[in-house]
Amino acid sequence: MSVLALPASALASLGRATFNALAAIGRIAIYAALTLWHIVRPPFYRREFFTALMQVGWLSLPVVGLTAIFTGGALALQIYAGGQRFSAEAVVPQIVAIGMVRELGPVLVGLMIAARVTSSIAAEIATMKVTEQIDALTTLSTNPMKYLTVPRVLAGFLTVPLLVGVGDIIGIMGGFLVSTEQLGFNRASYIKNTVDFLQTPDVVSSLIKGAVFGFIATLIGCYYGMNSGRGAQGVGSATKNAVATASILILAANFVLTSVMFGS
Amino acid sequence: MIELSRVAKSFGKNHVLRGVNLTIPRGQSMVVIGGSGTGKSVLLKSILGLVTPDSGRITLDGADVREANRDAFLARFGMLFQGGALFDSLRVWENVAFRLMRGATKLPKDQARAIAIEKLRRVGLKPETADLFPGELSGGMQKRVGLARAIAAEPEIIFFDEPTTGLDPIMSGVINALIREIVTEMGATAMTITHDMSSVRAIADRVAMLHDGLIRWTGPVADMDQADDPYLQQFIHGRADGPIESVR
Repeated sequence: MSVLALPASALASLGRATFNALAAIGRIAIYAALTLWHIVRPPFYRREFFTALMQVGWLSLPVVGLTAIFTGGALALQIYAGGQRFSAEAVVPQIVAIGMVRELGPVLVGLMIAARVTSSIAAEIATMKVTEQIDALTTLSTNPMKYLTVPRVLAGFLTVPLLVGVGDIIGIMGGFLVSTEQLGFNRASYIKNTVDFLQTPDVVSSLIKGAVFGFIATLIGCYYGMNSGRGAQGVGSATKNAVATASILILAANFVLTSVMFGS
Repeated sequence: MIELSRVAKSFGKNHVLRGVNLTIPRGQSMVVIGGSGTGKSVLLKSILGLVTPDSGRITLDGADVREANRDAFLARFGMLFQGGALFDSLRVWENVAFRLMRGATKLPKDQARAIAIEKLRRVGLKPETADLFPGELSGGMQKRVGLARAIAAEPEIIFFDEPTTGLDPIMSGVINALIREIVTEMGATAMTITHDMSSVRAIADRVAMLHDGLIRWTGPVADMDQADDPYLQQFIHGRADGPIESVR
């Protein structure tokens, strides 16, 4: 065996993985473009859209609320403890507010949606594919893209910003509760500091991130579901890959959006 | 009339169809037989456009199916899928009335429901079944609902994909008899794929045997037993010995 065989093989594997990743990005981009194309063209399935609104939005509220309240509380403790090192513990309300609204609120809600909604969409559509329900839709003159993907993606795009807004408020409340009940902050001044410090661009950026993350989470769930392999293993792989891809894309999109909106 | 001319389809190195020629005359019930994995489902899905053939031509009444208006083309078809392929999230009647409640010829909900219940009755299911979900039905009942959905819009052409797979012999006989009755009373063109010989004898006007990606034999069902093709004889008598390898 040549000395160069091992490095060459490793290089080939790396090359293959890179090509595969680029091809996957290309396929997802084409799928996203097709989704947008279908969103603006009838027919529009209202019932499926309202069902998706419930699934993506309303039923995600408990997990979003619990995630946000614990994160807000922990954030307040961390900022207080860190701030004490240079006598800046008074900035807790401001940092909790900006931390939740600009970063933690949208990102945590996005990741929770990836865990709860992306997985559920991918598993449901993949099962439909495996049991030939997608083929059945086609033979019944119904475009699966319009019937399955469009309502879910539109629901994600519209409801996740609302969830992020709710998550931001509950997260700030979590910080408020810990700060006032445990750390001795005055309630009125905590609220005043929070409200005075937050600016409109902070809130708008949070909602924009929510819309983008909602679009990504639902689109990726649909994409992997529609492209699932056969059998139980195919459904499992589709679900796993959907959650992993959606989570990474949400974090990457968060970096890009933060750079664009606050980089300068 | 449906005509397939030199239709070929491969998945990677697996050449499933190698140039299939087959004619399904209008108003006839054609049953395609063949072992598992011989490409029967791919053949059927190629006609419907669910699978795109690599080469060859498929025509419906002389017109190439690839050039047809998709909605108008599919509106002429009904299909019973192997596992039923019922939509889990919809009630039984909504499954049956799915096509009736959508598209250019959309019917009001009450009318669609009434037709669905009538079709359910036609396949031997009580009206109470209409409001159940597919998950609450037995395998045989799901097949019947699938059959009701396939005939709900009274299509000219009906495809049946392994209609008796997974059913006990009595229920298989019931489904076979239903298919025969419905195809005859609707005057529909039917294409069934199966490896169940009781289905073949109950449903078929004509039989075609698919083997190794090609139509090995085709003819009227009455001629099947007398045919001298060794592949066909091995298959219809279920013999382990013969030209078809038992380990595939």
